[in-house]
Amino acid sequence: MTLTRPAPAGTATDPGRRPQTRRVTRPRWGRALGWLVVILIMLVTLFPFYWMLRTALSSNASLAEHPTSLLPTGLTFDGFRRALGQTTREEALAQGGSGAAMHFWQYLANSVVVATMITVCQVFFSALAAYAFARLKWPGRQVVFSVFLVGLMIPSIFTVLPNFVLIRNLGLLDTLPGIALPTMLMTPFAVFFLRQFFLGIPAEIEEAAMIDGAGRMRCFFRIILPMAAPAVTTLAVLTYITSWNDYLWPLLVSQSDRSRVLTLALGIFRAQTPASAPDWSGLMAATLLAALPMLAVFLAFARRIVNSVGFTGIK
Amino acid sequence: MSVLSSTRRPRAATRRRRSSDARNLPMALAFILPATIGFGVFLVWPAIRGIWLSFTDYSVFQPPHFIGLDNYRRMFADPVFWSSMRVTVYYVIVNIGVQTVVALVLAVLLNRLTKSLWVRGVVLTPYLVSNVVTAMLWLLLLDYQLGIVNQLLDWLGIGRQSFWGDPALVIPTIALVNVWRHVGYTALLIFAGLQTISPQIYEAGKVDGATETAMFWRLTVPLLRPYLAMVLIVTSIGAFQVFDTVSVATQGGPANASNVIQYYIYKVAFSRYDFGYASAMSVALLVVLSFITVVQYRLSRAGSVAES
Repeated sequence: MTLTRPAPAGTATDPGRRPQTRRVTRPRWGRALGWLVVILIMLVTLFPFYWMLRTALSSNASLAEHPTSLLPTGLTFDGFRRALGQTTREEALAQGGSGAAMHFWQYLANSVVVATMITVCQVFFSALAAYAFARLKWPGRQVVFSVFLVGLMIPSIFTVLPNFVLIRNLGLLDTLPGIALPTMLMTPFAVFFLRQFFLGIPAEIEEAAMIDGAGRMRCFFRIILPMAAPAVTTLAVLTYITSWNDYLWPLLVSQSDRSRVLTLALGIFRAQTPASAPDWSGLMAATLLAALPMLAVFLAFARRIVNSVGFTGIK
Repeated sequence: MSVLSSTRRPRAATRRRRSSDARNLPMALAFILPATIGFGVFLVWPAIRGIWLSFTDYSVFQPPHFIGLDNYRRMFADPVFWSSMRVTVYYVIVNIGVQTVVALVLAVLLNRLTKSLWVRGVVLTPYLVSNVVTAMLWLLLLDYQLGIVNQLLDWLGIGRQSFWGDPALVIPTIALVNVWRHVGYTALLIFAGLQTISPQIYEAGKVDGATETAMFWRLTVPLLRPYLAMVLIVTSIGAFQVFDTVSVATQGGPANASNVIQYYIYKVAFSRYDFGYASAMSVALLVVLSFITVVQYRLSRAGSVAES
């Protein structure tokens, strides 16, 4: 792509003699083409979400007849009722569903509990560590911090099997704490992310407070945390989304409804649908219900999330 | 006298600083204690244990016995392992290749056309939903019977494609579906890199008479190089660990055509309870990932040194 910078004023050969019209039209065409590509990408991005809504509101019978209808066909909420487990087995089968039990509210509650436990604890404990790395001078600080940084390089796939063995030995299989525990105390990313922000808070503020007799704990809770509130919130939102969307780890730990989170339930709902005639309406209703909480979080924190994507945390 | 005192004073100051550093130690240890426990128990210890298990016949039900290099010998002779590796590498090449090019184009366009938060929000949306949701959406869109994409192909005269069922199509399909989820995020990462390039550089380029194309290849790309390298390392490490989409959409099929390495490891560990062998394959994957990280890092550095 050649659209790196605003409006080029013709080529180099002799800019002075370029006709005025060329100067104006060429960049305009370039801009139009650029916008076309951006709009196309946005359409491809958003269309699947619309199609999900349209299919969820349709009935399976009329979906088969009008697969290309842009609007919901045979408008009905039966798909949602099946996804929420509000239909009897016979009703569900008659509507083209699988008739499998679906305890949606239980899965939703499990997801909320797991994501909240991970977010609150991970952010708090990582903030404590980040404070020690950013603000306290102590022997061995650099060494310990470097070791934490190496942890950033360990891919999660490598720790999954041994962690499963550990959780199993602790007797925490099929429990919500078993799902939450491995990421509850820290992630190297969280420590690193917060340390960067703590480093940016002027030392004078803390020194002034300490002269007034405040201890380190007081400084941490009353000065550092409030001043780093934007960073802490951003990290909390990102952590919440990541743990909500996780699939592999809950798949290993959870074995029954009691600890089944929403991503897992959706995978199981899909596995149970008849292969020959999938219950698309019910599947899309369930998918929509599973995606909705994170889309709502995104709407609420859009500015923060979009601006958080950058190199502060990685570099 | 003055000389003496001047040499003594800094030394005393250093000693005082050192001792105050040491006085901070208990406090610092208290602050890092929870995180360090988490780090040790759920990151370092599992990593060490994973390597140990790869030399054993551990099966969850029986305690591990040391069996030397048996798992590794078995791995080198296992055709499914090699086919999984091939499938995974194929996936990574398609996924990262397409994703990086589209993301770069999108990032450059966004940087040039609009700083609108709204537009960036839209392209980031798929990243906010899970891989499972993504897989579900595209299972429907690419369905052989009812999928709108196949209806379109039918109208265009290309004919319906069995995206999820054709061994030749299934990996590109999964790769592109995951491009859909990650391309906006990758574009915003590159976008952040573009923000660090000073506009004056382009002004200078223009004064020197460089064309847009020349400025893109001679200014944007070299200046973006460290960021692109970072993006490539992070995204390809992620891509090598592809699992969710395969697990939900194809279960490794048809006929192992989408049996990526992570899915094979999962199957060996949890269908056959062969944790020792699964751990050996995890170690192999870790070695591949480390190798790729080092190579990409070196290449990007060699580039930046050559540039300067």
